[in-house]
Amino acid sequence: MDWFEFPEMEREQLRDLRKGIDEGFRDFTRAYGETIENALYPVEWFLKHFENLLLDTPWIIVLLALSGIVYFASRRPWLTLGTFFGMALIGYFGMWEDAMKTLAMISTATLGSVLLGIPLGIGMAKSDRVQTVMNPILDVMQTMPSFVYLIPVIMLFGIGKLPGIIAVIIYAIPPIIRLTNLGIRLVDKEVLEAADAFGSTSWKRLTNVQIPLALPTIMAGVNQTIMMALAMVVVAALVGAPGLGQPVLKAINNQFLFMGVSAGMAIVILAIIIDRASQAYGQRLQSHREKEH
Amino acid sequence: MSGIQIKNLYKIFGDDPAMALDLVKKGMGKAELQDKHSHVLGLQDINIDMPDGGIQVVMGLSGSGKSTLIRHINRLIEPTAGEVIVDGVDVLGMSRGDLRKFRANKTSMVFQKFALLPHRTVQSNVEYGLEVQGVSASERHARSKKWIDRVGLGGFEENYPSQLSGGMQQRVGLARALATDAEILLMDEAFSALDPLIRTDMQDVLLELQSELKKTIVFITHDLDEALRIGDNICILRDGGIVQKGNAQDIILHPADDYIKDFVKDINRARVLRIDSLMSDDLANAGTMKLDRDTRLDEAARQMQEADVTKAQVVDSSDKVIGAIALDDIVNSMVEKVEVESTV
Ligand SMILES: Nc1ncnc2c1ncn2[C@@H]1O[C@H](COP(=O)(O)OP(=O)(O)O)[C@@H](O)[C@H]1O
Ligand SMILES: [Mg+2]
Repeated sequence: MDWFEFPEMEREQLRDLRKGIDEGFRDFTRAYGETIENALYPVEWFLKHFENLLLDTPWIIVLLALSGIVYFASRRPWLTLGTFFGMALIGYFGMWEDAMKTLAMISTATLGSVLLGIPLGIGMAKSDRVQTVMNPILDVMQTMPSFVYLIPVIMLFGIGKLPGIIAVIIYAIPPIIRLTNLGIRLVDKEVLEAADAFGSTSWKRLTNVQIPLALPTIMAGVNQTIMMALAMVVVAALVGAPGLGQPVLKAINNQFLFMGVSAGMAIVILAIIIDRASQAYGQRLQSHREKEH
Repeated sequence: MSGIQIKNLYKIFGDDPAMALDLVKKGMGKAELQDKHSHVLGLQDINIDMPDGGIQVVMGLSGSGKSTLIRHINRLIEPTAGEVIVDGVDVLGMSRGDLRKFRANKTSMVFQKFALLPHRTVQSNVEYGLEVQGVSASERHARSKKWIDRVGLGGFEENYPSQLSGGMQQRVGLARALATDAEILLMDEAFSALDPLIRTDMQDVLLELQSELKKTIVFITHDLDEALRIGDNICILRDGGIVQKGNAQDIILHPADDYIKDFVKDINRARVLRIDSLMSDDLANAGTMKLDRDTRLDEAARQMQEADVTKAQVVDSSDKVIGAIALDDIVNSMVEKVEVESTV
């Protein structure tokens, strides 16, 4: 027995374990891959149609519509103007199509994360036991290197848009779950008590008190989720996700500096627009709470 | 039987309330229970019979169990032992659904920190209880409007709570509670967070509404002045137990212990005490002036000075003479208060 050697697992055993797990997952994929893929069809459908909508509509209309949405969300003229020129710049540098694909991806991923994440966050807020189970899972999800998510996803779905969007959703969903949970747990106890004292059902309490009062925190979660989706969209290009990640990938493979930097700048522009607009929207939502006495 | 009856009610906070209950029933006090067993004695052996259509005031210092007690009436808190009976119905025996209906229709509540919904307008806050009751939108609108006007907030329907002052916010809280037409109104230190002048305003608003509505009100306060103004049925809590029950006169003239004496010493007695508490049967030189037995001392002194008399007859509600009162005695009883203070 050598004390300087780490008592590693036997090579054979390790290989068996690895083979067992990999093959197990492969079997699982063969058995359920299609079922899962079919179940996720709505996600794919939405992504496809939203992307087509953005691509088929004349660019000037999309540009005006985006600026309009930013204006109505934020009511900030400078941000609106910045959106207009920022997006125009992206188009001028020949990345309009990729930018639209990325926009479709993050919109779909954000919608998916919100639809799935808010109910999960509510479940966590309602039960301490659920919170105890979910917290470590979310910790792992948030620290796991993003590339690792691509492996099971690619095994299940192969290469393409669906694995891309699923990887993005998995990566981007933790903040919305966490902040929904936090927001609901921070709701003023006395207001909740008032809702109870008037005989509210727990559904009415949730929809009329907890969610509205937690909304600023939930919106902060949505904002973080969008930012993470945007970051992951580039990584997901590796499994075939379309959009601005593709020129980045190409630039890495071919050492095209200009192409890489300009695609990067396009992502930065998108990120700033979405971040500022969604934050301004969140602030506007709670404007009537600002003048506290 | 109508009204609210509370019988042998105990509430102990902690992991093993049953064990702690035994100890409390054997005589262990709040401090010892806390030190030795880390359980909090919230309420012990509470018995109150609150009449229908009247105001029951519950008074005590912070931590004496007032909030805990009032929350048993609509079962926001489950007791460790005891009974709560409202209009003949056992509140603790209600199913979840029945309890919700009971809360929606029979009771309503006003909170110390208002507890309004910050994202809803005044109007929509006042409509909340009606929404829960399932009242139609048009009726909700009409009824909430009526109560908003009654509490003096007409014109503020579209404002948000954060745009209103504390006093106005509590008017919203009051309108929200009244709008449901519940017979029982639970008020947990509803005016304690307000400035003194505004507090007096709100007390007037409440008393004026009550003279017409005749609701069963449970009014909680830590302030004896407020207690005396609001109601004649007062119950004083200390460390979760009742130390004295009675009307204002009883409490001022015969405080049950030092805890209550402490409360009483700062009170303006002349404004609370009635002349029948001071009258004598010395009718010899009582003069011709007649004063009702319910007249407060300060008012009696004012009237006697105006009429330039030193003695008056005391009469009951059927105008029968039941005694005599001397201005000197009134003045002496006011001075007595000063003496009490100077000896402390
Ligand atoms: N949920 C709780 N857990 C533990 N102790 C509590 C709880 N609620 C109240 N208490 C304790 O019960 C006592 C009475 O509290 P409370 O009814 O709020 O008093 P008050 O309203 O008179 O100020 C206090 O000692 C308080 O600390
Ligand atoms: Mg209290």
